[in-house]
Amino acid sequence: MAQLFHRSANAVARFTIFGGVFLLAGLGYVGWIFAHSSFMTGENVYLKQPVPFSHDHHTAGLGIDCRYCHTSVEESNFAGIPPVATCMNCHNIMWKREDMLAPIREAYAGGDAIQWSRVNDMPDYVYFDHSIHVRKGMGCEVCHGRVDRQPLIRQATSMQMAWCLDCHRDPGKYIRPREEVFTMGYRPTEDSRSMAERLLKEYDVNPGTDCGVCHR
Amino acid sequence: MKTDRWARSLVATVSVLISMAAFTGCADMKDQPHHEPLEYSSFFADGRSSRPLVEGTVARGHLRADDRIYRGLEADGSFVAQNPLVVDAALLSRGRNRFEIYCTPCHGRVGDGQGMVVQRGYKQPSSYHIDRLRGVEDGYFYDVITNGFGKMSSYASQVKPRDRWAIVAYIRALQLSQYADLRSVDAAIGARLEAGEVIDTRRHDAEGEEEHHGTGH
Ligand code: HEC
Ligand code: HEC
Ligand code: HEC
Ligand code: HEC
Ligand code: HEC
Ligand code: HEC
Repeated sequence: MAQLFHRSANAVARFTIFGGVFLLAGLGYVGWIFAHSSFMTGENVYLKQPVPFSHDHHTAGLGIDCRYCHTSVEESNFAGIPPVATCMNCHNIMWKREDMLAPIREAYAGGDAIQWSRVNDMPDYVYFDHSIHVRKGMGCEVCHGRVDRQPLIRQATSMQMAWCLDCHRDPGKYIRPREEVFTMGYRPTEDSRSMAERLLKEYDVNPGTDCGVCHR
Repeated sequence: MKTDRWARSLVATVSVLISMAAFTGCADMKDQPHHEPLEYSSFFADGRSSRPLVEGTVARGHLRADDRIYRGLEADGSFVAQNPLVVDAALLSRGRNRFEIYCTPCHGRVGDGQGMVVQRGYKQPSSYHIDRLRGVEDGYFYDVITNGFGKMSSYASQVKPRDRWAIVAYIRALQLSQYADLRSVDAAIGARLEAGEVIDTRRHDAEGEEEHHGTGH
C-alpha cells in the first residue's frame, strides 16, 4: 500500500502531542486566573443600588456604629439590613426633600421595602454565621475591608473557600479584642503576637477546617 | 455479533447522556430553592419572602405579659418609678454600650443633645441634664425609647426591652455624673468651691473611668 502520510507528518504529530501538553497547561493557567479574577469572585465590584447609600458619610462622617443599622450581627448568622424606617429616624428631617432619597420616603409611606442589590453572597451550599465571628474577635474590617471609606459598598475579599480556610487555619493573624470588632482602621496597641496568643486562649478560639463546618 | 456491540454502545451512550441531563438539575447548587433572610420572592404581591407577623402573634416563650418590664407602666397606667431590673455594674456597662450605639448620634455622649447628627442640622433634643428630666420616672425614658417622642422615632425595633432598661440605668448614671450636689462633696472641697476656686477634677474622672471598665467585663 502506498504511503498515506509524508515523512514530515511525524514531526507534525510530535509537535501536536508535546504542544498539546503546553496548550492544555496554558489553558488551565488562564482558567485558574479567570476563576480567581474579580469577574468570577465579584471582588471589588460595585453594584447599582436604588439609593446611593454611603457608608463613608454615615460611619466615618457621622460616627454611626454598624449595629445601629445591622442590628442582628451580634446574635444571628444574618447581619441584618435596616428597614427604611431606620433611615427615616434621621431622614424625616435631614435631607427630607432630596430626590436621591425619594425611594426611601415612598417605600416608608407605603409600608414597602426597598430592594438593595446583594453585594456579599455565599452560595447556598455554604453556611456562614456572623455571631460566632464577632464573638471570637474577628473584626468587620477583616472580611469587609475599610467600609468607612467606601462611598458605595463593594465585596472587599474574594470570599472563596481558600480565603475562609486561610483564617480558619491560623486565626491568630486576625484576632483583635472584642471591643475593637466594629472599629475601622484598628491598630493593635500591644505586641500583636503576645496579644493574639492571649486572646486565642481567652476566647477559646478553635475554628474547624472539617468540610462539615461550612458545608452542612 | 456486530449488532450486539452496536446495541451495547448505544445503551452506554444513552445512559451517559441521561445521567448528564440529570446532573444539570443539580447545577444550581449556588441558588437553591429556598429563601435567604429578606430575599426577594415573586410569589407574594409585595415581593417579600420574610412575611410580616399576623397581628397579635406571640412566639413561644415571648409572651410579654409583665407591663412593668415591657411597657414601663404600673397597673394604674402611671410610669414605673424605678428600673424593674437589678441595676448593677454589668447592666450599666451594657447600657453605656447600647447608648453609645443608638442614642449618641443625636443626644451626644454625655446626653447634652449635641450629637453629630444634630450638628448637621437635626432637631436638637433637650439635654438630659435639666430639672424636668431629672425629675421624671425611669418608666418615662423607657416609654420614649419604646414609642418615640415628637420628632424622635421609636427605637423598639432596634433595642430590645432588656437593653432599653440598661440604657435607662445608664442615663440615670449620666445625670448623676453631671449633677453632683455640693452637699455630697467633701466639706473642705465644698468650701473652696463656694469661694469660687476652680478645682481640677480630671484625676478623679480618670479613676472613675478605670473603675467602670474594670467591673464591666
Ligand atoms: C445608617 C445605616 C448603616 C450603618 C451605620 C452601617 N450600614 Fe452597612 N449597610 C447599610 C445598608 C442600607 C446596606 C445595604 C445597601 C448597600 O449594600 O449599600 C448596607 C450594606 C452593608 C454591607 C453589604 C451587604 C451585602 O449586600 O453584602 C456590609 C458588608 C456592611 N453594610 C457593613 C457595615 C459595617 C462594617 C458597618 C460599620 C462600620 C456598617 N455597615 C454600618 C446601612 C448601614
Ligand atoms: C443617624 C442618622 C442617619 C441615619 C439613620 C441615616 N442617615 Fe443618611 N444622612 C444622615 C445625615 C446627617 C446626612 C448628611 C450627611 C452629611 O452632611 O455629611 C445623610 C445623608 C444621606 C444621603 C445623601 C448623600 C450622602 O451620603 O451624603 C443619602 C443618600 C442617605 N443619607 C441615605 C440614607 C439611607 C438609605 C439610610 C438608611 C439605611 C440613612 N441614610 C440613614 C443621617 C442619617
Ligand atoms: C469572617 C468574615 C466576616 C466578618 C468578620 C464579618 N462578615 Fe459580614 N459577611 C461575611 C460573609 C461571608 C457574608 C455573606 C453571607 C452570606 O451570603 O450568607 C457577609 C454578609 C454581610 C452583610 C449582608 C447581610 C448578611 O448577613 O448576609 C452585612 C450587612 C454584613 N456582612 C455586615 C457585617 C458587619 C457589620 C460585621 C462586623 C460586626 C461583619 N459583617 C463581619 C463575612 C464576614
Ligand atoms: C478572619 C478569620 C476568619 C475568616 C476569614 C473566616 N472565619 Fe469562620 N471562624 C473564624 C473563627 C475565629 C471562628 C470561631 C471558631 C470557634 O468556635 O472558636 C469561626 C467559626 C466559623 C463557623 C462556626 C463553626 C461552628 O462551630 O458553628 C463557621 C460556619 C464559619 N466560621 C464559616 C466561615 C466561612 C464560610 C468563611 C468564609 C466565607 C469564614 N468562616 C471565614 C474565623 C474566620
Ligand atoms: C471555612 C469554611 C469552609 C470549609 C471548612 C470547607 N469549605 Fe468548601 N467552600 C467554602 C466556600 C465559602 C465555598 C464557596 C466558594 C465560592 O463561592 O467561590 C466552598 C466551595 C466548595 C466547593 C465548590 C467548588 C468551588 O470551589 O466553588 C466544593 C466542592 C467544596 N467547597 C468542598 C469542600 C470540601 C471537600 C471540604 C473539606 C475538605 C470543604 N469544602 C471545607 C467554605 C468552606
Ligand atoms: C435621630 C436622632 C435621635 C436619636 C438617635 C435618639 N433621639 Fe431621643 N430625641 C431626639 C429628638 C429630636 C428629641 C426631641 C423630640 C421633639 O421634641 O420633638 C428626642 C427626645 C428624647 C427624649 C425626651 C426628652 C424630653 O424632652 O422629654 C428622651 C428621653 C430621649 N430622646 C431618649 C433617647 C434615647 C434613650 C435614645 C437611644 C435609644 C434616643 N433618644 C435616640 C432625637 C434622637
